[in-house]
Amino acid sequence: MIEVQGLSKRFGDNQVLTDISAVFEQGKVNQIIGMSGSGKSVLTKCMVGLHRPEEGRVLYNGRSFHDMNDEEKRGIRQEIGMLFQSSALFDSLTVLANVMFPLKMFARGSEEEMRERARFCLDRVNIVDKDDLFPSQISGGMQKRVGIARAIAMEPKYLFCDEPNSGLDPQTAILIDDLIKELTEEYNTTTIVVTHDMNSVMETGENIIFIHQGRKWWQGSRQELLNSDNTELNEFIYAGELMREVKRARDAGR
Amino acid sequence: MQILFHFGRYFLLLKDVFGRPERFRIYWRRTLEEMDLLGVQSLGIVALLSAFMGAVITIQTKTNIDSPLIQAWVVGFATRQSVILEFSPTVISLILAGKVGSNIAAEIGSMRVKEQIDALDIMGVNSAGYLILPKLAATILINPFLVMISMFLGIFGGWLAGVQAGVISSDDFILGIQTGFKPFHVTYALIKTVVFAFIITTISAYQGYFTRGGTREVGISSTRAVVYSNVVILLANLVLTRVLLL
Repeated sequence: MIEVQGLSKRFGDNQVLTDISAVFEQGKVNQIIGMSGSGKSVLTKCMVGLHRPEEGRVLYNGRSFHDMNDEEKRGIRQEIGMLFQSSALFDSLTVLANVMFPLKMFARGSEEEMRERARFCLDRVNIVDKDDLFPSQISGGMQKRVGIARAIAMEPKYLFCDEPNSGLDPQTAILIDDLIKELTEEYNTTTIVVTHDMNSVMETGENIIFIHQGRKWWQGSRQELLNSDNTELNEFIYAGELMREVKRARDAGR
Repeated sequence: MQILFHFGRYFLLLKDVFGRPERFRIYWRRTLEEMDLLGVQSLGIVALLSAFMGAVITIQTKTNIDSPLIQAWVVGFATRQSVILEFSPTVISLILAGKVGSNIAAEIGSMRVKEQIDALDIMGVNSAGYLILPKLAATILINPFLVMISMFLGIFGGWLAGVQAGVISSDDFILGIQTGFKPFHVTYALIKTVVFAFIITTISAYQGYFTRGGTREVGISSTRAVVYSNVVILLANLVLTRVLLL
C-alpha cells in the first residue's frame, strides 16, 4: 500500500500540486485521472522520488520515502517497476538486454538464469522472437509491452504506469490495460496508472483519483465515478461523444 | 549567482559519479566499450591532424628562422617542443572536446529527454555513476595514449615534410629532436592530457545530464559542452603551465 499525505509541489512560482492526500491499495489498479497539465504526472514523480515535494510525505507500507537515507531509497526503488509514457527503453540495448538490465544490476544468479527470467517476462507480455531487435525496430505497442516486461522483471511490489495507452491504437490499448490488470492480480502489486483515457478507466480502474488544478478533486470506485454529481469530474468524463452516449443510454434505462 | 548554482550542481554531480558502483563488472565492461567509442574511434582524426600539423610546424619554423646564424637542427628542436609541449596535449584535447564532448552531451542529453535516466533512477541505479564514470575512466585512460601517438606522428610528419620539401636534412632534424630533450616535458604533457580529459568528460556530461526539454535543447547542451570545455581547457592550460613549468 502507498499513502500520500498532504503533498504539495511547486516549480518556481507555479504551484503544481496542493495538499494531496490519497491511499493506493495493494492488489488493485489505482488510477490517477485528470486533464493534461492537472499535475498527475508530477504527483507520480513525487511518489517515486524523481521530484522532492515542498510539503507532505509518501509512505510505502508505512515507511516515509523522503525521510529515508539513500541506501533505503535505493532499496525501495528496487521494489518499484515503472512503465513510462515513452517506454524509456535503452536505445543501445536489445529487447532482451533491456529486460535483463535490472536483473544484471541487482539480481543474484547466473547469466543464464537472468536470461531465462527475462524471456519469461517477455513471454508473459506476448513478445516472442524479438530478443535481438533494438527498440527502434519494434512498434510502439511492442515497446510498451517490453517496458512492462522490464518493469516486472524484478517482481515489483509497486507498479507505476504513466499513460500506458498514449499513442496506441484502441485494440493495443485494451491489450495493455488487460495486461496491467492481470499482472496486478498475479503479483498482488500496488499498481498506479496515470491516464486520461476513459476507456482505460472503465476497463481497469478500481480506485480512481481525479486531480484537477493540482488538487485531489474526487476519489472513488468506477461505479461511483459514473454516478458522481461532481461538476468538474463530469466535464472530464463526458468530454467525449462515446462517454456521452454511455450516459444517455444509462439515463434512458433508468 | 547563476554561476554559483552551476558550480554547486556540478560538484554534487561529481559526488554521485564517484558513488559506489552497483556492479563493478558492468562498469568495467562499459569502460572498455567507452574506450573504444571515445578513444579508439578518435584515432583517425588525431593521427591525420597530428601528421599534418607536424609537417606545417616544420615548414613554417624553417621559413621563419631562415638565417645563417641559426643552426639547421633548430627546426627539428622547435618542432619537437611545439608538438610535445602544446600541440599534442592542448590542441588535440580541444579537438577531442569537439568530437568526444559533443558526443557525450548529446548521448546523455537524449537519454534525459527520453526519460531513460529517470528509468535508471527509479530502478535504484545511480544514474550519474552508471553513465558518467565509465566515460570518465575511459577518457582518462585512453587520452594519454592518443596524445603519445599524436606526439610521435606530429614529429614524424614534421620530419617527412621537412626532408621531402628539402627544407632540412634528415640528420639535422634527428639531431634537433634529440637536443636538449627533457623527459619531464612528456610527463607535463601527459598530466595536462589527464586534466583535460577530466574537464571534457565531466563538463560535457554535466551539460547532457541536466538537459531539459526536447531535441533542440539536446543540441544546445551539446554546443555548450564544447564551448565550456574549450574555455576551461584554455584556463587550465595556463594554470598548469604556470605551476608545472615555472
